[in-house]
Amino acid sequence: MEFKTVLSTCPYCGCGCGMLLEVLDGKIVGTLPSKTSPVNEGKLCVKGWTVHEFVMSPNRLTKPLVRKGDILQESSWDEALDFSAQRLKEIKEKYGPDSIAVLTSAKCTNEENYLLQKFTRAAIGTNNTDHCARL
Amino acid sequence: MVNTKIKETVRALLVEGKIRGFLGLRGENGHIMPHLFCDPQELESLSLGDWKKAGDSRYPLNQILIRLAMEYPEETFAVLVRGCDERGLRELFKWKQLDEEKVIPIGIGCPDELAKVCECEKPFPDGLIDGPRGEKTGSQKVARINEMGLDARFKFWLAEFNRCVKCFGCRNVCPMCFCNECTLEEEFLVGKGEVPPDNPTFHLVRAMHMVGRCIDCGLCEEACPADIPLRTLYKKIADIVSEEFGYKTGYSVDEKSPLNIIEVK
Repeated sequence: MEFKTVLSTCPYCGCGCGMLLEVLDGKIVGTLPSKTSPVNEGKLCVKGWTVHEFVMSPNRLTKPLVRKGDILQESSWDEALDFSAQRLKEIKEKYGPDSIAVLTSAKCTNEENYLLQKFTRAAIGTNNTDHCARL
Repeated sequence: MVNTKIKETVRALLVEGKIRGFLGLRGENGHIMPHLFCDPQELESLSLGDWKKAGDSRYPLNQILIRLAMEYPEETFAVLVRGCDERGLRELFKWKQLDEEKVIPIGIGCPDELAKVCECEKPFPDGLIDGPRGEKTGSQKVARINEMGLDARFKFWLAEFNRCVKCFGCRNVCPMCFCNECTLEEEFLVGKGEVPPDNPTFHLVRAMHMVGRCIDCGLCEEACPADIPLRTLYKKIADIVSEEFGYKTGYSVDEKSPLNIIEVK
């Protein structure tokens, strides 16, 4: 038998609220707001409170999906990345780099967000990059 | 230190095999969090929930205890309790959410500083192992509400309620909210996808459901991102129930709350 709470950061928005994931015998069973986190001081929003519900959800995407015809099919990462790179290239060549835009995410780290805007500006060649929190 | 006596008591229970684990709080890297202590060696990291101020990092341990008891109904657990938590245990035994035979409360008394912040009626458990046997503090906050006329009072509460962002934090953190289905999620009472929720319905439904359950721990108010004075509301409800029915939640081990009595004729 093991019950512990693990300090983590809410994956939803850019606030970065501290949360305690309640772990019973290796399974996440609940979420509590961290009282000692200076960001949220023991409070969470409705999304943060329910974080534990999606971690083990069978509806969660764990593999890339590639649309083939009308159907989304599970594929390997290599196949999905090759396909995306090829299509982005085609679109850029045909319509120009400003026909592409990239949205980054609050769920990513600063470093990941930096990489993505760098990729957008340097590799694709457009300033069309923004952040999901502004949607 | 208060901590030492509590540690010794828990260590003895663990070593003698009287409990499977002790549900308390542990301090780690400057944070305080709930933890089930199964090994006496872990007790070095035991915390009583004092971070910057006395008792400012309390968590709903009884709520976690219900979860443990459901998973391991045959096991006995010890749990860290303050005055409010002890009142909570009594009600949870009566509401059949926990088995009294399987719970060993480890009682600590709250320092005056905390008792005053809480305006606590009884800031220590009867099963006191360490800490002060503090004095009752009357509620200035409820007194201020009582001074208002009914119209002003309604306006005041409506303004407070309308700041609600419907995070359900008050319900989620509540150690006495154990229903599998919650009225606050009934669409015919509280519409979906709207903020603030239907008021005063949302908050008064919850307040009504706190009769005979709320043990005035104050975790709801601490969890509220909109700073709604929920504790004052539930204290007032407790006053009404005490005056009208003579019932005080969590003080008696066998008397049931007025809304927990089903008469079969």
